[in-house]
Amino acid sequence: MSASSAFNEEKMGSSSVGEAEYAYDPVSGKIFSSDYNRHDDLKEMLDSNKDSLKLEAMKRIVAMIARGKNASDLFPAVVKNVACKNIEVKKLVYVYLVRYAEEQQDLALLSISTFQRGLKDPNQLIRASALRVLSSIRVTIIVPIMMLAIKEAASDMSPYVRKTAAHAIPKLYSLDPEQKDQLIEVIEKLLADKTTLVAGSVVMAFEEVCPERIDLIHKNYRKLCNLLIDVEEWGQVVIINMLTRYARTQFLNPNLNESLLEDGGSGDKTFYGSDEDEDDDEKENKEKAEAAALAKRKPYVMDPDHRLLLRNTKPLLQSRNAAVVMAVAQLYFHLAPKAEVGVIAKALVRLLRSHSEVQFVVLQNVATMTIRRRGMFEPYLKSFYIRSTDPTLIKILKLEVLTNLANETNISTILREFQTYIKSMDKDFVAATIQAIGRCATNIGEVRDTCLNGLVQLLSNRDELVVAESVVVIKKLLQMQPEKHSDIIKHMAKLTDNIQVPMARASILWLIGEYCEHVPKIAPDVLRKMAKSFTYEEDIVKLQILNLAAKLYLTNSKQTKLLTQYVLNLAKYDQNYDIRDRARFIRQLIVPTEKSGALSKYAKKLFLALKPAPVLESPFKDRDHFQLGSLSHLLNAKAGGYQELPDWPEAAPDPSVRNVEVFTLLERVTTLTSVPEWTKCSSREKRKEKKVEKPFYSDSEGESGPTESADSETNSASASDSASDSEQSRSSSESEESDEGSESEEEKENKNKKKVVKKAVKESESEQSSEEENRKLEKKIKQQEKDSETVSDDEESDSESSQSTSEDSESEAEVKKKAPVSRTPPKPVKKEKKEMSLLDLDDFEPATSPQVTPISTLLSNSLVTDLEGLSLSDSVLAPSTITPSGTLKSYELLHRITGEGLSVEYCFGRQPFSPDANMVAVQLQFTNNSTSETKNLHMKDVKLQSGMRVKEFPEIELLPAGDTASAVMGIDFCDSTQAANLQLCTSTRKFFVSIQPPVGELMRPVFLTENEFKREQGQLMGMNELTEKLILDAKYRNEHAIVQRVTTAAHLSRVPCGSDNECSFTSLKPLA
Amino acid sequence: MIHSLFLINASGDIFLEKHWKSVVSRSVCDYFFEAQERATEPENVPPVIPTPHHYLISVLRHRIYFVAVIQSEVPPLFVIEFLHRVVDTFQDYFGVCTEAAIKDNVVVVYELLEEMLDNGFPLATESNILKELIKPPTILRTMVNTITGSTNVGEQLPTGQLSVVPWRRTGVKYTNNEAYFDVVEEIDAIIDKSGSTITAEIQGVIDACVKLTGMPDLTLSFMNPRLLDDVSFHPCVRFKRWEAERILSFIPPDGNFRLLSYHVSSQNLVAIPVYVKHNITFREGSSQGRFDLTLGPKQTMGKAVESVLVSSQLPRGVLNANLNPSQGAYTFDPVTKLLTWDVGKINPQKLPNLKGTMNLQAGASKPDENPTINIQFKIQQMAISGLKVNRLDMYGEKYKPFKGIKYMTKAGKFQVRT
Repeated sequence: MSASSAFNEEKMGSSSVGEAEYAYDPVSGKIFSSDYNRHDDLKEMLDSNKDSLKLEAMKRIVAMIARGKNASDLFPAVVKNVACKNIEVKKLVYVYLVRYAEEQQDLALLSISTFQRGLKDPNQLIRASALRVLSSIRVTIIVPIMMLAIKEAASDMSPYVRKTAAHAIPKLYSLDPEQKDQLIEVIEKLLADKTTLVAGSVVMAFEEVCPERIDLIHKNYRKLCNLLIDVEEWGQVVIINMLTRYARTQFLNPNLNESLLEDGGSGDKTFYGSDEDEDDDEKENKEKAEAAALAKRKPYVMDPDHRLLLRNTKPLLQSRNAAVVMAVAQLYFHLAPKAEVGVIAKALVRLLRSHSEVQFVVLQNVATMTIRRRGMFEPYLKSFYIRSTDPTLIKILKLEVLTNLANETNISTILREFQTYIKSMDKDFVAATIQAIGRCATNIGEVRDTCLNGLVQLLSNRDELVVAESVVVIKKLLQMQPEKHSDIIKHMAKLTDNIQVPMARASILWLIGEYCEHVPKIAPDVLRKMAKSFTYEEDIVKLQILNLAAKLYLTNSKQTKLLTQYVLNLAKYDQNYDIRDRARFIRQLIVPTEKSGALSKYAKKLFLALKPAPVLESPFKDRDHFQLGSLSHLLNAKAGGYQELPDWPEAAPDPSVRNVEVFTLLERVTTLTSVPEWTKCSSREKRKEKKVEKPFYSDSEGESGPTESADSETNSASASDSASDSEQSRSSSESEESDEGSESEEEKENKNKKKVVKKAVKESESEQSSEEENRKLEKKIKQQEKDSETVSDDEESDSESSQSTSEDSESEAEVKKKAPVSRTPPKPVKKEKKEMSLLDLDDFEPATSPQVTPISTLLSNSLVTDLEGLSLSDSVLAPSTITPSGTLKSYELLHRITGEGLSVEYCFGRQPFSPDANMVAVQLQFTNNSTSETKNLHMKDVKLQSGMRVKEFPEIELLPAGDTASAVMGIDFCDSTQAANLQLCTSTRKFFVSIQPPVGELMRPVFLTENEFKREQGQLMGMNELTEKLILDAKYRNEHAIVQRVTTAAHLSRVPCGSDNECSFTSLKPLA
Repeated sequence: MIHSLFLINASGDIFLEKHWKSVVSRSVCDYFFEAQERATEPENVPPVIPTPHHYLISVLRHRIYFVAVIQSEVPPLFVIEFLHRVVDTFQDYFGVCTEAAIKDNVVVVYELLEEMLDNGFPLATESNILKELIKPPTILRTMVNTITGSTNVGEQLPTGQLSVVPWRRTGVKYTNNEAYFDVVEEIDAIIDKSGSTITAEIQGVIDACVKLTGMPDLTLSFMNPRLLDDVSFHPCVRFKRWEAERILSFIPPDGNFRLLSYHVSSQNLVAIPVYVKHNITFREGSSQGRFDLTLGPKQTMGKAVESVLVSSQLPRGVLNANLNPSQGAYTFDPVTKLLTWDVGKINPQKLPNLKGTMNLQAGASKPDENPTINIQFKIQQMAISGLKVNRLDMYGEKYKPFKGIKYMTKAGKFQVRT
């Protein structure tokens, strides 16, 4: 009772939870029995039937969790509320559950059924949240339930639920790695998802579960590249990092020539340090390497997919998210041709304006980049100037970058900056600056003396740390040319009286010992002083004293013999065993005794050998073998779960693996195989083989049939040859093959005059091959050509791969397709099969008129059906199809407002596009809503997906205000539902528009009689068949309605048939 | 990805912890405390600290360390950027991001963190979505909640995440439709001892406060877009449109957001609006130093330079300072040796001046470093780069919104070396 009254009091008194906690403490103090009591009243509140009490209790519990207090004994009381109506209570219960389920596994099971119910909820968000919590409960017993839930959610209608499923995958994997194989299946399925919402999450899951299964990415590569810009920012980071790794395994190194040159020259570092003649050597080496490299290699052509990745990531450099910018930067650094990497510098410099933690990470990466690609950041030198308000960490990193950027031209400005830095109050920073000056001096010979003088001046600095650091750096510099600088050595000898920093003292002693011949008078005196203070010195100094003594003994034994012996004696009894050992060792070496062996003869050689000058190099050197931007790179050590960045492959793996199947959009509706985009040419040939048998087509093609089939056989044979050829001989076999291909196609050309596409392909191929040959002769790379090459290369690779796979595609060549039925639930389809058999469109005589007949003149739906019933002579009716009565859906291309008065609508005319049978006719309707006239409406600079083609509409010269005009254009969508992006221009403005075809519009109907249809159908059983049952609304249960709905959805032709309850539709699936 | 998050205050207490995967003991923070001890200044704690089993990635904001614990490879910037986003969200929700505010709203904080990360991977970080999920606490709502027992958690589930414009919540309604844009430019500069500019650049942002009903589609164009050299956008901006036409076209989020940040191309000479005449000297052998500082306006296009604040870190040897400002007030902290002078507005007729002596420690030698002077100032109604917004148009909605554009120039990292 006391508890509940106390609670009431608390509830009145304080409003927010945090205070509630604190306000409540004294009360429990009053009872002071223990936590146990306090939890008692919480339990009571949780058991009450008032939501407000429950909420209050949950809030206090969550506050306890937040402060790290243990609230696990409340588990039973809390878990009871998992099905609470109040949404906030529910959420807080979830928070609690996820936190403690692992500790109280048995009790946690009580809540599972609630989530299982939630998984079936009609509301997608409830399904998602149920899955989220269910998968967060780390209880091994429920692994099968989770697996099931994930699998189900992965094929949920809602992308949000699918996203949640993707998130759940790594959770389950960490709980039970045994499930890996099953999870990979789910990942594979989700990778094929086309929504931006899912993409980031599934790639994340991929990275956590199976980053080694790079093969799963192939088919989704292009899609991921294209979706990238619309994915949420965190997903972008993950995808970009993954694609970097992917690209490293699949594409060739665009900088192969340069990197080989670099190797030949063995880096810039020695370049400056070495003498002139060495430089010459290197240049020769370079030239040799260059020649060798060029002799070996055939011209590099960038894979169009590689280019796609670079192109699609570039805009993300403008992201507000530093992680995204960094991800793109590392992608460019690792993948882009040298000439293009520069674009990232500006964006990275921009990040330096951000929070200091961001600066820290970015500077680390910039430091690594500047070693390999100095030129990139040189224009931004001033952005790395140091401000006194920067934290020391940042200062030192900026210093590193400045040092890396230093070269002959900017060194004077950099040194001037360094001069001001030396006066800084931050002594760590000053020490780092002195080191930096030393590095500049070693790298850039011209300023070595200036630097040395500057550093010597610092020796008189009041701050000992500065002096000590200078001594250490001077020592390193002097080693390069000691003979010139005996005065500096003398100066430093004097410092031994004052300077106390051990490292500096040791450095001075080493210098004097090493160059005792340059300072014969001073050296013994220094040793005398040191002998005096020997016992007080640090170990490192003692070792150098011994060293000095030994060297002096060898060069000037007359003066120093006694001193040396004294020092050695002192060392003999030193506390440190290192020093004792060293003393013993030196004594044996230098003091000749009877026992001493042959070594002592060589003592002088041993001690006074010429030592190579130390190389001062950046700590960031060679860090770029870690993927930039990664944790491992930052720590310079492999972090757990780090995926090595693979080396470029010697030869590019088959690019055709990335070719995507058409209509994957439908994958959930129709599981049947579809014709991959790249099989289109050859599969068409194959189809012709089949068609030969058909009497229907025989009139147009009967005679040519046999020859053709022979042709295509040779084609596929040559293709398989080339496929089996090794990479080195690839280019030659390619050209041979394409020659052959073009020959055979020429034959065909004579027979069928309408193969426009073919011609295009053939031309590009032969062009390509001749180009290839030219280049082989020249054996030179021209970077400028790259772009134009990429295009033709794309086509070439397409056609090539299509040929090589033509045999496989034989079965696929015949495809039945179902229209997207279950996508649009109310659409009524009943048991009928809509077949699109694969009959070649090219066989239809294209209409002679250049323009498509306007829609209005089309036969109305009912009329067509009537006509079909009459089964008129086929060829007349074949091209015309059922048009849903007046329901050609038009889509908006350009809105009146964005178009500044000009509005454009488009619809798919369902007419063959006469200039090119492979294109879909798109009817455009322009309306000028503005008050002024629009001139010169035309299209320009069409940017298309690879393979797509567009036939522009004729320019509309004038469109008066308020007037309407229409035009027809043709688009070859290449069987994909990717949007075609176009640029619509008027005399004054440009608009970006895109046309996305619904799947149904990519088909073209063919006309078959019932018997023919049956026969076709019979051939297409098995894999190509899909049966689905649908339950229809009452109002759709008549034939007419069904036919109408179906034909609205897709461009189909109905097969005339006798029986009442059966409707069949045909269409050619791939139009192109 | 992110395993756990610990919030640590300036005195080294862990006052909040949140785990997204298995619980990580808070003893992992000991490694952080070690690193903190080693660092002399709070901001010198390395952002990434490796420990035997975990990695700690931290950011310091508002004197609170946000320490994320991670276990395996993840881009550090990913975590850092996310932590900053968390801080921004707290600030957005509670007005301030202090220990007290977080403690007071611990449940909201927890609910937010729960929504922002799922299994350590960011889920909803867009402020508009979060606000739909969890309503920010206001005094009124807290009162109502206590009386009626209703909650801060949104009743309807977030639809924003599912829409094509995930940054904008749906069903926005205002009686007064207004859109305000602030063009704020900052000058970063390092001025030499002799008064010449070593480096100067202009960074600008356009912050927006848009309260418009429905789904407005805005376009904003500039008179001189060529000035913008490097830009980064809010995700709502249509990149292609910018590339082609240099027009910002976007469906704005609801409320406050940063539309654009930009860098003005370095080819343009940067006008430096103030100059400093200084004479800070220490004499050898004397325990006194002289301090004389005068500020004056320069290239301000007739606008007043306001809110001027001068600060300088004096050498360690300085014990105290006896200075005499001609206007404003100065303070000198003998512990941190930080001198600040709140000048206020610069009057071109009577230039502000601060003059006097500094006392050095007896017997200490002359400090060999000279302090740098940091200056802050503001100039209203002017963008120093000359950037001008041409017009702002709204499509997609019928009403006429109230539009406003404000310009301001501020000092960024403006330093004068002496």
